Amino acid sequence: MRDARLLVQALRDPDSLHDPDWSALVATARAEQLIGSLAARLAGKAVPPRVEAILESARRDSAYARTQALWEAEMCRRALAPLGMPAILLKGTAFHAADLDAAEGRSVGDLDILVPRDRIEEAEAALIAAGWERMKAAEGYDDQYYRRWMHELPPLIHHTRDRMIDVHHTILPLTARPRPDATALIADSVVLESGLRMLSPADMIVHAAAHLLADGDLAGGLRNLWDIDRLLREFAARDDDFWRKLAERSRLHQLRGPVALALRLARRLYGTPVDRVVAGRTRLGDRLFEARLLARNGWGQERHKALRFAFYIRSHWLRMPPLMLARHLWVKARA
Amino acid sequence: MRHRLAFQVGPVAFRIGSAWRAPIDALGALYAGYPEPEDGICDFTVRLEPEQPWRRWLRPSVAIRGDYMLPDAMPMALAHGLLAAEMGMNLQMALGQKRYLLLHAASVEKGGRSLILTGESGAGKSTLAALLGERGWRLMGDEFALLDLASGALHPFPRAVSLKNGAIAVVEREVIPTRFGPRLDGTPKGAIRHMRPAADALQRMGEGAPPALILFPRFGVAEEVRPVGQAEIFMRLTQASTNYVALGAAGFDALTRLVSETPAAAIDYPDTDAAVALVEDLWRQAA
Amino acid sequence: MAAPRYVADPVEDIRTVALDGLCVLYHARSGATHIVAPPVPEILEALREGPAGAAELLRRLERQFEIEGDGIAARLEELEAAGLVRRA
Repeated sequence: MRDARLLVQALRDPDSLHDPDWSALVATARAEQLIGSLAARLAGKAVPPRVEAILESARRDSAYARTQALWEAEMCRRALAPLGMPAILLKGTAFHAADLDAAEGRSVGDLDILVPRDRIEEAEAALIAAGWERMKAAEGYDDQYYRRWMHELPPLIHHTRDRMIDVHHTILPLTARPRPDATALIADSVVLESGLRMLSPADMIVHAAAHLLADGDLAGGLRNLWDIDRLLREFAARDDDFWRKLAERSRLHQLRGPVALALRLARRLYGTPVDRVVAGRTRLGDRLFEARLLARNGWGQERHKALRFAFYIRSHWLRMPPLMLARHLWVKARA
Repeated sequence: MRHRLAFQVGPVAFRIGSAWRAPIDALGALYAGYPEPEDGICDFTVRLEPEQPWRRWLRPSVAIRGDYMLPDAMPMALAHGLLAAEMGMNLQMALGQKRYLLLHAASVEKGGRSLILTGESGAGKSTLAALLGERGWRLMGDEFALLDLASGALHPFPRAVSLKNGAIAVVEREVIPTRFGPRLDGTPKGAIRHMRPAADALQRMGEGAPPALILFPRFGVAEEVRPVGQAEIFMRLTQASTNYVALGAAGFDALTRLVSETPAAAIDYPDTDAAVALVEDLWRQAA
Repeated sequence: MAAPRYVADPVEDIRTVALDGLCVLYHARSGATHIVAPPVPEILEALREGPAGAAELLRRLERQFEIEGDGIAARLEELEAAGLVRRA
């Protein structure tokens, strides 16, 4: 297997698998952090006993990831509760807290939350009082870089639970060209049972698209695109007006291009039903993105080094104006 | 990948791919007689590949990669490729095994019941288990013990025994030379030599056994047997497990059951003959 | 400021196994295991009657046990940090 197409096929249409190379499928899924999602998609299907055991282990891992993610969110809620400020869960933790389809089998790394920019230091102090600590590596250049140019505080780590929290005040670095409207993100957020909040459905897609395409080198892209597929299917089924809202919010946050591209890629790879107008017309470059997303073979190895490098350069260019990029690389090189 | 090998150790199937032939040849010789994966499907993938493309030929250095990886793992010399493969397999078990409660422990079996030997690295559990495996016990594993979450039985994981430094000569005295891999000098852990377990360990690798005794051996000290409290045993076993936390309530239930139902002791011993005698003695009392 | 009042998770969220004098707890919500000594299991049990501060909790415990009162507030703070109890 020369690329990750088998994994994409298995997620998109699990019934279409006929005696596939299971070892390759499992290795690719693990490398792309999609083994939990694959296990959820194949639940109840007839698979060989060893595959069932592998998938059962993945389900156990997912259950643990969910417990941990929800617990970190809960401990964060307890720490911030006395401040009475809106705290919005982002990414995987939000999917789990709201029990969205995208949460099925979804692993979660750090806890990401969004708070109003003018209260971010207050939030940081409350978290530190509740046992989170600044990380050593965050001192010096990196710390200043974060505070001046990033969309988040330097990460904090909890001293006994050893889990990280990223406190954001918007969803893209300030150095990036698009300027999402953070006030609108917070104003439109939806309250959850616990009192914590999540982004509105349309904003959640805008954030996922920004995260996939406007902030990073597409590493882990198949997983992020799978999130988008699951979210789009669920939101569109729930709300007849969803596509109009998505068009409006992507314009508001200056992210029409990334949202449209994310929709086209989701349709192309996962067969996601998307609104033709919001997705826009297919462009020549779409195929490059597709090739980059699939650049992984059946041994879990990265393929297409040149293409990967091109996207790496693109990611730094996206985040920083050229002069700042030069300064960043210079400081990094001397470190 | 260009060179590859797949085989089964106990209930776990591995496939190892390598950019070079030598590590696969060495692995094939050491693991002669291990079954191929029953259905051709592997639980884990290990890759031995050049750290950078040009390092395949130029001062070859082996990066240990696979389904589960350590971001800061040091590459190894190609001459130590066999050790790299072993470390890669261990890493998959330590980070990826979620089917059983994994204990960093050696285990042996006699009369249908198993003995768990656990302790810090260098405590001598590998050597002790290897010797017991030549003296009337069945070696179930020298590194990982797999506790079944439902039945509470121990499953064998009889990978090649990893002997280090002084232990190499001790075991060489009792085992025919054809069961040994090459001696690897100057590895990050000193001298290492791998040994294929005895034939019964391989033939019965599918056969589990309920635990009857837990021992915490410590090598190099005057002979002594000390009782250990259950709460301490529980804590030491959680520390000896890489996946206890990830298994959640199932791990808690399996481990509290093991600790509640199984007698345990700490043993200090000055040499391996004393250790074997101590083990036999305690086993008779427990049985 | 009034002394804080606490609540504990319901009994089905915490599995308890006694191992010679000590107690191991599995807390389902956090997935964490705690090894604890008396009076911690008793405090958790007494809190299940309803939210209480340190003083009220001591009164509840004294109905059943001989107990020194001065450590209760400190135990509650530790339990709060571990997430086993939370502010009411």
